[in-house]
Amino acid sequence: MANGAALLEVRDIRRAFPRPGGGELLVLEDVNLSLRQGEIVGLLGRSGSGKSTLLRLIAGLSEPSGGSVNYLGEPVLGPAPGIAMVFQSFALFPWLTVLENVQLGLEAQGLPDSETRARALKAIDLIGLDGYESAYPRELSGGMRQRVGFARALVVNPNILLMDEPFSALDVLTAENLRTDFLELWNEGDLPIKGVILVTHNIEEAVQMCDRILLFSTNPGKVVSEIKVELRHPRDRNDPAFLALVDRIYVEMTARRVEKLAQGPQRATLGTMLPRVSANLISGLIEAVAAPPYNGQADLPKIADDLQFEIDELFPVAESLQLLRLADLEGGDIKLTETGKRFAADETDERKRIFARLLIRYVPLAALIRRVLDDRESHAAPKSRFLDELEDYMTEEAAEETLRSVVSWARFAELFSYDDDEQMFSLENPA
Amino acid sequence: MSADPVRAWGVRPANIDCLSGVCPMRFLPPIAIEARYLPSRWDVLAAVLVFGFIILFGEASRILGEPLKLLTISPISLDPAYLPEYALRTAFRMLIAMAFSLAFTFTYATLAAKSRRAGALLIPLLDILQSVPILSFLSITVVFFLSLSPGRIFGAELAAVFAIFTSQAWNMAFSFYQSLRTVPGELIEAGRLFGLNGWARFWRIETPFALPGLIWNMMMSMSGGWFFVTLSEAVSVGHTSFALPGIGSYIAMAIAQRDLTAIFWAIGAMLIVILIYDQLMFRPLVAWADRFRIDQEPGEEVEETWALRMYRRARLLDLMSAPFNWFMRWSYRLTPPTFNVAGPVGGRAINRAADGLWYGVLAALAAFALSRVYLFAKSGGLTVSEVLSVCGLGFLTFLRVAVLIALASIIWTPIGIYVGLRPKLARLVQPIAQFLAAFPANLLFPVVVLGIVTFRLSPDIWLSPLMVLGTQWYILFNVIAGASLLPKELRDAGTNFRVSGWLWWRKIALPSVFPYYVTGAITASGGSWNASIVAELANWGSETLRAHGLGAYIRQATLDGNFQHVVLGTAIMSLFVAVINRLFWRPLYWYAERKFRLA
Repeated sequence: MANGAALLEVRDIRRAFPRPGGGELLVLEDVNLSLRQGEIVGLLGRSGSGKSTLLRLIAGLSEPSGGSVNYLGEPVLGPAPGIAMVFQSFALFPWLTVLENVQLGLEAQGLPDSETRARALKAIDLIGLDGYESAYPRELSGGMRQRVGFARALVVNPNILLMDEPFSALDVLTAENLRTDFLELWNEGDLPIKGVILVTHNIEEAVQMCDRILLFSTNPGKVVSEIKVELRHPRDRNDPAFLALVDRIYVEMTARRVEKLAQGPQRATLGTMLPRVSANLISGLIEAVAAPPYNGQADLPKIADDLQFEIDELFPVAESLQLLRLADLEGGDIKLTETGKRFAADETDERKRIFARLLIRYVPLAALIRRVLDDRESHAAPKSRFLDELEDYMTEEAAEETLRSVVSWARFAELFSYDDDEQMFSLENPA
Repeated sequence: MSADPVRAWGVRPANIDCLSGVCPMRFLPPIAIEARYLPSRWDVLAAVLVFGFIILFGEASRILGEPLKLLTISPISLDPAYLPEYALRTAFRMLIAMAFSLAFTFTYATLAAKSRRAGALLIPLLDILQSVPILSFLSITVVFFLSLSPGRIFGAELAAVFAIFTSQAWNMAFSFYQSLRTVPGELIEAGRLFGLNGWARFWRIETPFALPGLIWNMMMSMSGGWFFVTLSEAVSVGHTSFALPGIGSYIAMAIAQRDLTAIFWAIGAMLIVILIYDQLMFRPLVAWADRFRIDQEPGEEVEETWALRMYRRARLLDLMSAPFNWFMRWSYRLTPPTFNVAGPVGGRAINRAADGLWYGVLAALAAFALSRVYLFAKSGGLTVSEVLSVCGLGFLTFLRVAVLIALASIIWTPIGIYVGLRPKLARLVQPIAQFLAAFPANLLFPVVVLGIVTFRLSPDIWLSPLMVLGTQWYILFNVIAGASLLPKELRDAGTNFRVSGWLWWRKIALPSVFPYYVTGAITASGGSWNASIVAELANWGSETLRAHGLGAYIRQATLDGNFQHVVLGTAIMSLFVAVINRLFWRPLYWYAERKFRLA
């Protein structure tokens, strides 16, 4: 492979979506990236960091609000020949057989039937789908389906392959099997592609597959750092260098977030989106950190591993602890505050009281709802009352989500109740 | 209308597995179901346009129509020997109407789904159109169609096909529209990435995705067509009357001549035609459409149908379809792959000038339509008391529909649950229910009329059951479908906790089928309003029984050729149906979706 030449240049990309109540929601800001020949570049970040949005901009499936995408020196104005994509949900056409699915891209190009067929069969062969040509997708396992996704993308001889979390819908074993098979083909130069962009939230996957990793922050999505992976293929997950790199990325991601929190307003405001984290998860993490061997302070990657959590899943929980001042985040560590320790030691009733107090103090939305309910003679208020107010700050979906989160927390704290049939908040507990 | 109807609906219509091949998916009620209850200006605009157009059309075509009274068609013979020919003609007419309905579906629904501007108008319009009884369409257009080929049978055939069309098209268009709005984003993206142009995406991605729902609705439409077969073939509007050779006319003639034997022959012939349609067309279609289901899990095995096997194996059919396939493939390539052309992007600045123009045109149209409605009301001498009395009749019909739907629900919901929980029984009952839905009410008239006359019963009460004769089955087969989908684990949990008797019905069985029941009841209610036109006025020979109601009013106005009254009655009926849908069914539908839908 001739390495070095730029296949793709992404310059100062900005993407914003209009909000229903006016204004806009910034999803990507000032994103720059280039893809050179022979490279696999990983976009790593939490869900909601705009990685997938960026991938779709590169694919020409949507347009940036600012900046440009250049492929081989030409601006990308729509789906470009030579850029193919593998989807998270496979996006196979259930009414087409494996062979027909793979042929589709070639047929669209108007190639003669004989060539279409020959090339499709070759791609099916390459990707290890021999014998499955006439099967329908629903007859296949998840791993085999994604193989069809790969064959379908490769058959059009693309220069760039875009992968949108291609292994995240698969079980661990199948995902690993498909990853190593792909890397083997890639490293032996059996694939027509010249460069790959991989979107993932799995740090180990990124370290295993990529030559460069771009870390994304959320709200708005930005590239916050670039990490080169110079390990030789095939990479061993138990290699100390591999583990060290994974750890370093963990630290970097947590540090970034702490830094961001330190810069930003110390307290949540009414416009702060609340993560969908149950009170049970919060209690569970506090208990885990309080218990030995951590005794109040834990290394995040380590405790994530212990609890069999992905970083993507653990962050919102840790962040909720921080938001409620139950814990502090420092470096890659989580450390319980005094309140957090008391919470860990107490019984359910006392925990509920602590939680209620923290909600009133640190979650302005919870405080607002409680205040409105206290003020009204009926001690009841419709959901729309608060939804409208939230929509000044965020999209409709985000507002719904935030309201759902606050309801679930308030239910645990017995701060107020909510009736979904009536869509009403109230102070009454069901008799 | 909300900027994003898909989101406004909140819930994606679910594809479901079902008893083998009987119902490939849960179908949505054939009304607009955005989660919004109050009529918007679009609904008002749609109503104004529909009635303005109806008036305009009716008045314009009446001028054409004078010499057409002379139309003569050889009289219908009650000799059963003619029945095969009549059956064939009726079947063929329905097939042509179905072709038109499909063409309408593919254009109208596609336009509504693809164009924000068009969709804002077309969907409320469709909602109004489906609430207009088919007899009204017929009485307003028949003169026009006859004028197309004066004195010949062709115009009459067109009128009949159009009447059948109006009983088929609307729910198909609704289904297709709703499918188009819910194609999974990633499938569309995959298609665009491979450079499929809009035309190819439509036929290779969007249409296949919509097919299971569309085919299911085609079956319902066919039933609807049969129900009104006498109305559409034996036409009598004012001075214009004709009877086209067909089963419907045969039945009408048998009723006029009080020939009970002929009625039985007709029932037999109809049964055979419906059976043939089922075996040759719908069974294979349903089995074939199973592959277009989007859910990836292997469903229950769909019964192989002998007809589908025959179609698949027949070389002749391959040969015949080859040029068509070739043509489609060629058409996909007609334009080069649309690489590097931007597709529609959400949140792009809206073309305000075009919007302004579009709204301007609509406002002008609406003003014109409104002026026609006003002039019509004034010149027709429609008085307030007339309008009020028609509203009163509408209320009577409303009472009938409400009581009968309630009765049908009480009877069929438990039976549907019982059947649905027993797969073998369900497989047996489902097709029967579907057949019964197609069974024209007129065939029972002799029995009912004889009974009413003999026992001196009140037509106001005893004619009513005819209204739900065809429509109650929608409740039954939806409930069966719902019950058969109740997860085994939920049933096991119920058994485990020894939930039984009334508690079992109240807490497990009824809630689990509720969303399906609502869909069935909406369809049944809409159908019953439509059926009131045949049910509230019944003949047996010279004996005519009339119930007080809006259906009888419209029918009588049609027979008298009183155009003003037809329009007034139709408008009031549309109003009733629309208001009931908005204030009752739509909230109930969303309540059921939110609370009882098993994910």
